[in-house]
Amino acid sequence: MPAKGYVEIFVEGCKGCNLCVINCPTDCLALKTSETNSYGLHYAYMRDEDNCIACQNCAVICPDAAITVYKKAS
Amino acid sequence: MSEIKLMKGNEALAEAAIRAGLQGYFGYPITPQSEVMEYLALEEPKHNYVLLQAESEVAAVNMMYGAGGAGARVMTTTSSPGFSLMQEGISYIACAQIPCLFANIVRGGPGLGTIQSSQSDYFQATKGGGHGDYHLIVLAPNSVQEMVDHVYLGFKLADKYRSPAMLLSDGAIGQMMEKVQLPSPIEYKPDKPWATVGKKSGQERNYLTSLYIQPEEMEEKNIELQAKFKKIEENEVRFEEYKTNDAEIIIVSFGLSSRISKKSVDMAREAGLKVGLFRPITVWPFPANKIADIAARKQVKFFISVEMNAGQMLEDVKLAVNGKKPVYFYGRMGGIIPTPKEILTAVQERSRS
Amino acid sequence: MKEGYKLIYQKPKTLRKKRMHYCPGCFHATTHKLTMEVVEELGIQEKTIGVCPVGCSVFAYDYMDVDMQEAAHGRAAAVATGIKRMHPDKIVFSYQGDGDLAAIGTAETIHACNRGENFTFIFINNGIYGMTGGQMAPTTLEGQKTTTSPYGRDPKKVGLPLKMCEIVSQFDAVAYVERVSCNTPANARKAKRAIKKAFEYQIQGLGTTFIEVASNCPSGWKCTPEESLEWLKEKVFPYYPLGIFKNPEEK
Repeated sequence: MPAKGYVEIFVEGCKGCNLCVINCPTDCLALKTSETNSYGLHYAYMRDEDNCIACQNCAVICPDAAITVYKKAS
Repeated sequence: MSEIKLMKGNEALAEAAIRAGLQGYFGYPITPQSEVMEYLALEEPKHNYVLLQAESEVAAVNMMYGAGGAGARVMTTTSSPGFSLMQEGISYIACAQIPCLFANIVRGGPGLGTIQSSQSDYFQATKGGGHGDYHLIVLAPNSVQEMVDHVYLGFKLADKYRSPAMLLSDGAIGQMMEKVQLPSPIEYKPDKPWATVGKKSGQERNYLTSLYIQPEEMEEKNIELQAKFKKIEENEVRFEEYKTNDAEIIIVSFGLSSRISKKSVDMAREAGLKVGLFRPITVWPFPANKIADIAARKQVKFFISVEMNAGQMLEDVKLAVNGKKPVYFYGRMGGIIPTPKEILTAVQERSRS
Repeated sequence: MKEGYKLIYQKPKTLRKKRMHYCPGCFHATTHKLTMEVVEELGIQEKTIGVCPVGCSVFAYDYMDVDMQEAAHGRAAAVATGIKRMHPDKIVFSYQGDGDLAAIGTAETIHACNRGENFTFIFINNGIYGMTGGQMAPTTLEGQKTTTSPYGRDPKKVGLPLKMCEIVSQFDAVAYVERVSCNTPANARKAKRAIKKAFEYQIQGLGTTFIEVASNCPSGWKCTPEESLEWLKEKVFPYYPLGIFKNPEEK
């Protein structure tokens, strides 16, 4: 079954605070600790693209408004 | 419609502000200028201005910053200790380039001092007063009439240069009653595209700040401000001369002490001394070039700066004369007003020595 | 956008593109975002004038795409008073930290509230001076270590932390007071609702509206953003409880 939603993370805007990761109810997000953006910061990415429920929790908690959320059109 | 009235200096100042299109007054009571807010409070129902008694001069000056920044024609008045409290805000206003008008109805200091008239805030008014490199445009009225005229002029110059302007007056002029001609009221229609009145659709937002964290930007801002001050110095110097053409002795005096000195000039002339009076009307910008011209005249023997302080304008006179002639000083402090006779005696003593 | 999907959340257009200078996880950034979301939703961008303080949010005007004035330290309430008095039809807010609003600017805060100045305070209480490097704030908790209270805040010496919501809700002319936080998505949503209500009450002319955001300061508290959330729950909320202190709908 395709996911209900997905998110885009603006890599240069992410500061790697991890707040989206710990607030994702379906554990879809993670910090990419192997890479950094141009500010030298780890950034969040969609670890699991199949289970996003488009709840927007990550976008709401993200201080830097770096997350855009899409939902499956019904 | 203009009209002639007998008015107290402080009340004339308030009435002039109303007629000049005052939109906001923020102040805190302090002797000897409380009549300004009292007058404005009485007149408030007849007009459209905002009047607010602030919790302190510190708050009042920042309300000026907000209201003036939002495009309004704003004024505050205070006296020496209150003006000290406003210095922080004035520094911000000068850098953010917000036009507004201050009046310091000076009383004798330092500290809580006295409520009697003095000119001891000359340094504070003309050299900036707060932190950083800046000036206010400073007008020094010496009559109730000029309390009126300088309000109009001060507002005009403030808008023209996006700069704070001020009246450096004193307790005696604020309290004395004289005949004044009140000019016709003007309808004030400001053109201030920089004001914070809400971002226009499709345009950049307006913001007013004095924060330039990068030193290169801060220097750039200072260069911009200094260029403006230079322009003001070139265009806005005002002064008055009385019997200086053939004078051998020049009294330099501003505000209240210039009025007393004028009498001393007449007394000296009767006693056979060729004395003249040079009176800066703008104490910043200071009429240094004109004083230098006078100093170059052959017949001029010396200058004497007469002030109601310990000798503050004296420094500006000395800089202007630049060693070409001797510059002496006579002054009283702490709220004492010198008599014409005292000043004449000081002139005579210098002329004999 | 992937086919078959629709956009449901993006950065508000009222927030400028400039990258915010705040440390990772800082609620200043969250509060900027939420405030600008409210401005966008209410369609008041052209009618809103903000005042920013001295402190970490001194550059707020770089991020919020509305007309703004930068105030001297502590004077934002006086500046906002001046703006709002001249433009009663505009929506005015002051955005201030704890040092600004509750230490150096206490007089301006109290008197603006007592007069019922019809603007909105957005008050970031993170219990520390972030910008100057972690010194004690008027809201630093008892025993909390800062660079100027290295052995912990001693109430015998400097008093207990000030409770601003509790204080300003005492004034008749204050319409709405709420303390919120951004430590969870649910609380961030509540914070946004509170800011929105405050602006709506202001538009209705009800008087002073005051939103305190119980905030974090991972850098100043010397912890990770995640740990700062724990500190909020364990230490901050018990002393600074979240909730509505004054509600015009209950009048």
